[in-house]
Amino acid sequence: MPNFKLRVNGRAVTVESWDPAQPLLYVLRNSMGLHGPKFGCGLGQCGACTVLIDGKATRSCITSVKQAEGHAITTIEGLGSPEKPDPVQAAFIREQAAQCGYCTNGMIMTAKSLLRQTPHPTAEQVKQGLGRNLCRCATYTRILAAVLRAAKA
Amino acid sequence: MKRRDFLRTGGAIIVSFAFDGALPNTSSAQISDLGKPVDPREVDSFLAIHRDGSVTIYTSKVDVGTGLRIAMSQMVAEELDIPVDRVTVVEGDTAITPNHGGTGGSTGIPQGGVELRRAAATARQALMKLGAQPGTNIGALAGGKRLNLKVDPNAPLKDPKTYTIVGRPILRPDVPDKCTGRNVYVQDFSLPGMLHGRVIHPPSIGAKLMSLDESSIRTIPGARVVRIQNFLGIVAPDEWVAIRAAKELKVTWTEEQGLPGSDNLDRHVRESVPDHDETIVNKGDPAAALPGTTKQLSALYAWPIQSHASLGPSCAVADVRPEGTTIWTASQGPHGMRANFSRIFGIPEDKLRVIFLDGSGSYGGNGNDDAAADALLLSRAIGKPVRVQWMREDEHAWDPKGPPQVLEIRGGLDNDNRIAAWETHMWLPMNIQGNRPLVSVDGAGITQPHGQGAGLMSQNGDPPYAASNVRVVVHYLKGTPLRPSNLRAPGKVANVFAVESFTDELAAAAGVDAVEFRLRGLTDPRALDVIKGAAEMIGWEGRPSPNRRPINGNVLTGRGFAYARYKQAENYVAIAMEVAVDRNTGKINVRRIACAHDGGLIVNPDGLRNQIEGSILQTLGRALHEEVKFDRSRVTSVDWASYPILSFPDVPSLDVALIDRPALPPLGAGEASTAPVAAAVANAVFDATGIRLRRVPLRLEVPVRG
Repeated sequence: MPNFKLRVNGRAVTVESWDPAQPLLYVLRNSMGLHGPKFGCGLGQCGACTVLIDGKATRSCITSVKQAEGHAITTIEGLGSPEKPDPVQAAFIREQAAQCGYCTNGMIMTAKSLLRQTPHPTAEQVKQGLGRNLCRCATYTRILAAVLRAAKA
Repeated sequence: MKRRDFLRTGGAIIVSFAFDGALPNTSSAQISDLGKPVDPREVDSFLAIHRDGSVTIYTSKVDVGTGLRIAMSQMVAEELDIPVDRVTVVEGDTAITPNHGGTGGSTGIPQGGVELRRAAATARQALMKLGAQPGTNIGALAGGKRLNLKVDPNAPLKDPKTYTIVGRPILRPDVPDKCTGRNVYVQDFSLPGMLHGRVIHPPSIGAKLMSLDESSIRTIPGARVVRIQNFLGIVAPDEWVAIRAAKELKVTWTEEQGLPGSDNLDRHVRESVPDHDETIVNKGDPAAALPGTTKQLSALYAWPIQSHASLGPSCAVADVRPEGTTIWTASQGPHGMRANFSRIFGIPEDKLRVIFLDGSGSYGGNGNDDAAADALLLSRAIGKPVRVQWMREDEHAWDPKGPPQVLEIRGGLDNDNRIAAWETHMWLPMNIQGNRPLVSVDGAGITQPHGQGAGLMSQNGDPPYAASNVRVVVHYLKGTPLRPSNLRAPGKVANVFAVESFTDELAAAAGVDAVEFRLRGLTDPRALDVIKGAAEMIGWEGRPSPNRRPINGNVLTGRGFAYARYKQAENYVAIAMEVAVDRNTGKINVRRIACAHDGGLIVNPDGLRNQIEGSILQTLGRALHEEVKFDRSRVTSVDWASYPILSFPDVPSLDVALIDRPALPPLGAGEASTAPVAAAVANAVFDATGIRLRRVPLRLEVPVRG
């Protein structure tokens, strides 16, 4: 079975995939037990599967394991833990910016990427930056407040 | 250690489950769940006090992201005088939780929470007899033992004036895990030896499987086809294998054409021959009074079929074994699922355990029960545990849907511009006893009930304002296209859209300000409080609609108002909105929303606020964008591009004011504030443009001639 070398949350890993076109999402979830990234659409439309690849928010449901090879991947598990959350995670917790939480992974990872490029965004910039991440529970106002809070931290 | 912790050990989730209801013994300080009572008349069914002073509460009500878990914990902790972080909640496990109803209809707090509080109050009486005082370690006093008490409906409750836990914005315990990728959703759950399953839904609804060519997936390693009549699935040890095989398997189906198509659906519904009619409100004689009124209006309002459109497609894990079957699901009704599946699959209830796990938000009866049936069928066929997750197009096409609604209203005003006559006719799918049919069960040719129900859909069809002659008639149809299901604020969301739009039409016809018109018809101080509250929050300027102010370039601005008393018996909600309409594009841009909400006693103000905010914004998307499209054979809106929902760029500023009524019972929060949203938008668009929109999704023809 073909092997692929990845760097995931700072660790070098080699994963097997019978199909080089297998989306990274399934490799992370099923081979590595990283359940933070979620399957939402498999079409790159909702953002629930977002991870950082070389620091940039990327949809792992439409990124093949072959495309990810050799790159540094960060999942939400690599940011922080409930005991020691990263500043964006801490801001989401503080604002209680979740209901079901299924989109939260994508919101946080996209916000990480946004804040890296634009450390002090306006509310409008956050809305545009997260414009392609869907939240069906519609906790949008809290997510907005959380990202603005994180930018101030 | 919390019960949920045993589900996760690092990255991999490993659970070994003895079937007899045993949970791993997590700590010697805790009473085992083994053999605990589940009779809802027994205190021990709801509560276990452990030796370390911690308490586990057991309930059939589940937290689908609503914050119910912390709210129930607060209600119990308050009565037991213990810190809220000593309370752990076990939800929706048919082996160990009492069945006091499924989750829905905003009953989590007013019924579920109140029953838990009653059990806690009964326990407190017993503890006081044992000498407990505030601050006593109840674990030392009574921990580790069954209380053997019947729930006392008259057990004295704490005086709300003395509350220290209820009423506080305590943070939800699930949020840190959800923000760090640690929360275990049913989508994340796995068992040793588990296979991944995918179902292959037919390309047209009701299609028969003609032939399949297994050689078409020969190159995909490890995929197995399961066919039971017209039910078709794939199982494989690897999820991507199952997905690819399901996609690439060559199958021929019959092409069915049983649907009317979604174009002109309201006409189809309106012209369907009813099975029966029912007059549900009958006061005075509106037909006789109408000709004598000074201003008469009539209008037809339509609401389309909508999907729950859960962000994560439905999922379940089933493990069918000779000694018993276990299903892990995010269904809002685990006990109902057990009863239904027991009958359908011929498994005695004591050999069928259904366990709730967190899932993607469901907002009613989405595809979770179907996915559970899929998983059960596949596990039974293959003899191994199977996890089924639907793909995006499965969820959009096959979740049971919020049914279409059509309402016709006529009414008239007297000389003083008061409502003298009002008559509502509504068309709804009739209720048919029995569970909703499951797609794969029909496909597999297994006998099942073909019930029909989508919640209490006929409520809120009458105006909440003083009116001397009112009649509401429901025309019940044998069915409506696609399987009807409960979708957040079933029926009420469209009924209030119609009633509050028509109220606005009457106010405009009278030349009276919309808020003033409503206030004149109300005397209930709680109604007046929310209406005045929302008006003040948005800076409501009293004047008749439409707006006569000059336009600003291509933008027309207006404000709209709507009010409801949910189910005519529960929450009071008023919503005011400010919109801007682009004359060239017709785009309706909701800029500001203000909501005043009175839901009785507030248990957790932050959780309540979160629910109201989400209800309003989700419904804004339903009002502006959502419509399930279908042709003669199939649903055609099968992704987020063809079924858009509200997204960030359309999010307005939102201000919610909570009115607390500590002396009154607590009400639910997941639905009430959805009800006035669509009418407030339509009324604001009318104010801005003079154009009355009566069909959801609300769309203006361009160029807008306002």
